[in-house]
Amino acid sequence: MSLKNINVALIGNPNVGKTSVFNQLTGLNQQVGNYPGITVEKKMGFCRLPNNIKANILDLPGTYSLNASSIDESVVIELLLNKNDRLYPDVALVVTDVENLKRNLLLYTQIKDLEIPTILVINMADRMEHKGITLDIPYLEEHLKTKIALISSRKGYGIEELKNLIVSYKTISSEPCLNASVIDVDYFNSLRQAFPNQLLYKLWLVITQDVNFLNLERNEIRSSFTKSHSDLKRLQQKETIKRYQFINDVLKLGLKVDSSIAKDYRSKLDRVLTHKIWGYVIFFLILFVIFQSIFQWSKIPMDFIDSTFAALSTLASEHLPSGMLTDLISQGIIPGIGGILIFIPQIAFLFLFISILEESGYMSRVVFLMDKIMRRFGLSGKSVVPLISGTACAIPAIMATRNIENWKERLITILVTPFTTCSARLPVYAIIIGLVIPDTYVLGILNVQGLTLMLLYVIGFGTAILAAYILNSILKVKGKTFFVVEMPNYKLPMFKNVAINVIEKTKAFVFGAGKIILAISVILWFLASYGPGKQFKNAEKIILENTKAHPLSPTEFDNAVASQKLENSYIGLMGKTIEPVISPLGYDWKIGIAIISSFAAREVFVGTLATIYSVGGSDNENTIKNKMAEEVNPVTGEKIFNFASGISLLMFYAFAMQCASTLAITKKETNSWKWPAGQLVFMSSLAYVVALIAFQILK
Amino acid sequence: MQTTIHSLKKGQKGIILDFDIDVIPLKLLEMGCLPGNEVELLQIAPFGDPLYLNINGSHLAIRIETAKQIGVELIKNKQK
Repeated sequence: MSLKNINVALIGNPNVGKTSVFNQLTGLNQQVGNYPGITVEKKMGFCRLPNNIKANILDLPGTYSLNASSIDESVVIELLLNKNDRLYPDVALVVTDVENLKRNLLLYTQIKDLEIPTILVINMADRMEHKGITLDIPYLEEHLKTKIALISSRKGYGIEELKNLIVSYKTISSEPCLNASVIDVDYFNSLRQAFPNQLLYKLWLVITQDVNFLNLERNEIRSSFTKSHSDLKRLQQKETIKRYQFINDVLKLGLKVDSSIAKDYRSKLDRVLTHKIWGYVIFFLILFVIFQSIFQWSKIPMDFIDSTFAALSTLASEHLPSGMLTDLISQGIIPGIGGILIFIPQIAFLFLFISILEESGYMSRVVFLMDKIMRRFGLSGKSVVPLISGTACAIPAIMATRNIENWKERLITILVTPFTTCSARLPVYAIIIGLVIPDTYVLGILNVQGLTLMLLYVIGFGTAILAAYILNSILKVKGKTFFVVEMPNYKLPMFKNVAINVIEKTKAFVFGAGKIILAISVILWFLASYGPGKQFKNAEKIILENTKAHPLSPTEFDNAVASQKLENSYIGLMGKTIEPVISPLGYDWKIGIAIISSFAAREVFVGTLATIYSVGGSDNENTIKNKMAEEVNPVTGEKIFNFASGISLLMFYAFAMQCASTLAITKKETNSWKWPAGQLVFMSSLAYVVALIAFQILK
Repeated sequence: MQTTIHSLKKGQKGIILDFDIDVIPLKLLEMGCLPGNEVELLQIAPFGDPLYLNINGSHLAIRIETAKQIGVELIKNKQK
């Protein structure tokens, strides 16, 4: 019936369960994208309401107030100040946590000042009884000038009532609930007279914030109403006090807490988890479990995917009519897709652990525990989160640095995060470890391959910390040091939230990185299947001539022709060209091809080898790993992937900055090409030198 | 007795006094760190920094250098 969808914006402090409200309203009906031009995640969802009305739900980044201190928070203000925005909300839902109502209401009073119809959502109502909290809803509704939805996104109740409230959004008050302009009557009066058509609070936000504001000539407002930074801040403090006075007055009668009933497991858990010994023991145990299990648990599905795609290739080449298209499918596309899908188990596991740690509230304790130690290296306790997320992917990790208040600490964190072992390195590590490290056990339970992998993670973290230490003494950046971290209540992670997060992140990876990997695989196949000159065209003739004296069996002949062709194909010639540079590291021209092609994205390495070893191969049943194990140097007869060259490759990939997306995100977050260029040069040369040393010592 | 948040002992409470707002981030004010509000020191991190506080019902951690800037009037510990 209704044609236009209602625009609903979800606004709230971090840690109030805003995302689970979003998940409850939209289910899996969500789209994750980015705001244009910036990397802030934009989550949109779709919700069917009673009376056949539909709503677009926009999950805005968590913010403590409308005074933005990060890009994520600016997004909220920019949307709410721009009535012409396609997503400008018809109704705002301010999500609050019943246990932190006082603080959460600060943001609510600010939103109300923007005169948007606002529903107050009080979440986590299931904990009221535990905490001895009672609310006088009619009283609160009257004084806060709104409708209240008392819900529990965890238990799933109150959601239907909330949907009904959204439907009747037109009846919801858009009146402010307090008048904050009394903090400086003269100033605000003259402001009102100068811009009679604008909302006073909007003007105030434009004066105090660094946000884009389309409709107003911001310089004009600023020049006539300027105040010194410290005067403005004094006013902001007065404003904050004014708002809290109002909130305190309302809650005095609207909210009762019987602390004798309140059960508190927070302090008991805190005592253990932030203990000077147990705190660290538990933290490192958790890290150990994550890393050891990712390698062991992911192995089975990964081997399965690997052999399935090898079998699929065979099937395609046997059953499709032979020709160029079939070759492209069986040797280019299928191994290419396999090279993407093989990541899924490990990425899913990593995001699973990270989202459980985030959801439970444990991550803030790690920040608290590690701050003093990290600061010695020029980092912040908050750098721990990016460094841990970096084990999944450096891109979200670098975005996660936004809540580090100190610019120098943040910059250093951004610069060193790419050293942590991201999931794109895993397949490279996995295949090389599988080739050169024996699959044996020490002390009966510790798998040597698993230990090697863990060691590589330790090297990654170690280098990151060391680099931070060096940067800290080199960089001269001025900035105020502020550090405020909320310690949220402990929560049992919700299955639905964790699952949706894992699915979203994995999907984003598969489709984002997957497109590049697939495209590169196909290009590689072409470059490997064609070549200039006679050496390529007359491969059969040349082999026939060379082997006249000792005729080969048909299989041997085919293989000889295939390698003659590969060697003289376009890609083969490229590999040959760089061979002199990489042979001191123990690599041949085929590995050279893989290094070139993985320059923009390191995960392409395995896919490239898969394509190279598939092209012209007469037996497709063999997995890539087996083919790599069989490779020998035609001159010395030694295995190409031996212990020395394997370790050298592991070192190369541990340090090399083989990721165009990370460079792009560093550029965006630091707003300069200087930093990503430095990252690229420094990391690549470090990688080359370390790999060189490793090979020369071990060979 | 007047002191700063920095010198509170674990479990001690105080009332926040006026402070120099130029050195205190707005974000901290917005989280409830305002003159007249109650603050309790809950935990001290293993190496003595940061401090884990309950300010006006909000649980948060700040570094010592900030805590030194915020004066408090100590509340005499009543028997629980």
